[in-house]
Amino acid sequence: MKAHVYPRNDINTDEIIPARYLNMDREEDLAAHAMEDIDREFYKKVREGDVIIAGENFGCGSSREHAVWALRGAGIRAVIAGSFARIFYRNCINNGFLAIECPGISEQIADASEVLIDLEKGEIRDLAGKRTYRFEPFPAFALEMIRKGGLLNIITKKI
Amino acid sequence: MGMTITEKILAAHCGKMRVEPGMLINAGIDLVMCHDVTTTPAIDLLKEHGINKVFDPDKIVVMPDHFIPNKDIKSAEMVRKIRLWAKDNNINAFYDLGRHGVCHALLPEQGHVKAGMTIVGADSHTCTHGAFGAFSTGIGSTDLAAALATGELWFKVPASLLFKLEGELPSGVYAKDLILDIIRRIGVDGALYRAMEFSGSAVDGMDMESRMTICNMAIEAGAKSGIMAPDAVSAAYLKERGIEEQADIQSDADAVYEQRFDIDVAALEPMVAFPDLPSNGRRISDIREKIPLDQVYIGSCTNGRISDLRIAAKILKGQRVANGTRCIVVPASTEIWKQANREGLLDIFAEAGAAVSTPTCGACLGGHMGILAAGERCISTTNRNFTGRMGSPDSEVYLASPATAAASALRGYICDPRPFLEDK
Ligand code: SF4
Repeated sequence: MKAHVYPRNDINTDEIIPARYLNMDREEDLAAHAMEDIDREFYKKVREGDVIIAGENFGCGSSREHAVWALRGAGIRAVIAGSFARIFYRNCINNGFLAIECPGISEQIADASEVLIDLEKGEIRDLAGKRTYRFEPFPAFALEMIRKGGLLNIITKKI
Repeated sequence: MGMTITEKILAAHCGKMRVEPGMLINAGIDLVMCHDVTTTPAIDLLKEHGINKVFDPDKIVVMPDHFIPNKDIKSAEMVRKIRLWAKDNNINAFYDLGRHGVCHALLPEQGHVKAGMTIVGADSHTCTHGAFGAFSTGIGSTDLAAALATGELWFKVPASLLFKLEGELPSGVYAKDLILDIIRRIGVDGALYRAMEFSGSAVDGMDMESRMTICNMAIEAGAKSGIMAPDAVSAAYLKERGIEEQADIQSDADAVYEQRFDIDVAALEPMVAFPDLPSNGRRISDIREKIPLDQVYIGSCTNGRISDLRIAAKILKGQRVANGTRCIVVPASTEIWKQANREGLLDIFAEAGAAVSTPTCGACLGGHMGILAAGERCISTTNRNFTGRMGSPDSEVYLASPATAAASALRGYICDPRPFLEDK
């Protein structure tokens, strides 16, 4: 999977999906506008299964889950960031979407690197640079949510 | 070891004697708030998962606010969907056009909030309601769907940061300036995942509207919630809304805080947060350059309440908005609009050359009714100045108090409001 690297901090949900598109909520409609205020070429560049690598406090601002859907719709499989804003992080986990905290990685890895993520070991491997970055493996509840495809699949069983 | 007010509320809602920061809990929810943008997807999610019942219609409040009056066909469809859904689910607290308002203005105003509650809302500024001593936090649409279905949600108990705010705000300096100063100090992720607890003589001396302005912006420092203990001021506010009782809940003297900040509010000045982050605050006296304005926006869940409109009107009365600058005033709820009308404030705005709109989130999030073109600059009493927040990604938003915004409207550039208040 290819890494799209945005080393900036504080990339907010207004930038990930601007409010002018919030009158829609289908992933395929939102996808075409993902990240467009930061990178007009984003949607064209991304292939299914790619990842975003960014700085600290990714996803700050509005609670719009549209941000997660826009990225997922565009083909992004995981966001790896120095840290995440709280609501965005929750929204990722609740959707079974990977949000991986890995401080410092965005300053070291080159844009367009090919990477591999090992969830069990908590490792991101930069294939060309042959470097490995470690992250704290997910807590059990988050892993369960990711495996089952999100919070609603879990609660539906409980009701 | 004692507990903070946040820990006490969460413990009481998950059937435990005590909770500690970092613990994962399932907490019962007393109130679920829904608006147009985030609720429509939640309704679809519920349907997809075959859930056709809400946990308790009386604990759910629904208000379209972001794109109303409907800005286009798509938003009209969204509002229609939640209107029908609310009806089907016997949710009586539906604030349709005519009783409408920005969610965080309506919720307390209509008597839905009191101390000790757990409140979730599918909007990041749901932290506003912590001003009443509630645990109140913003969530996304999947969480919303889960809360609507089950009446509970998972939480990680947050550590608390204590902000001791002492002294009296100088004339011309308001709660908005104070919270902008706090965010400047700690940064947009300075309170990430934490509860921000505010207390001290400055809080004691504030009315509920000022307190809400402060808690409203806790999210701009990354916080999970903002909170203030209930007291006689919050009790009086609730009493006016027919609520006689509220929990007497306070942090213990030996509660544990991750960090404590002591702030002397008497030393503050009007603040302006420069683009593109709420943490880019500068004291007005440090702004030497002349920053001309295309638009001035007075409204939102941060500063669109009656006391905000009174301050703006005091400055605008008998004056004219500068040539080349547009001023938009948006009362945050229908009740606020009516009160402003009774007090003659709407006339003052109109005479000054400002446009007054019906309550809406509108241009605060770049929705409609006041969008900025590329190259335009706006001073706004809202809470976010991110790139493109109020329109074109090539426009600029500066955040300030209603006083600073109103004074700047008269000058046509960003200026100190204090000289305008001297003889009033
Ligand atoms: S007024 Fe602005 S910040 Fe407040 S809820 Fe509406 S869009 Fe969000």
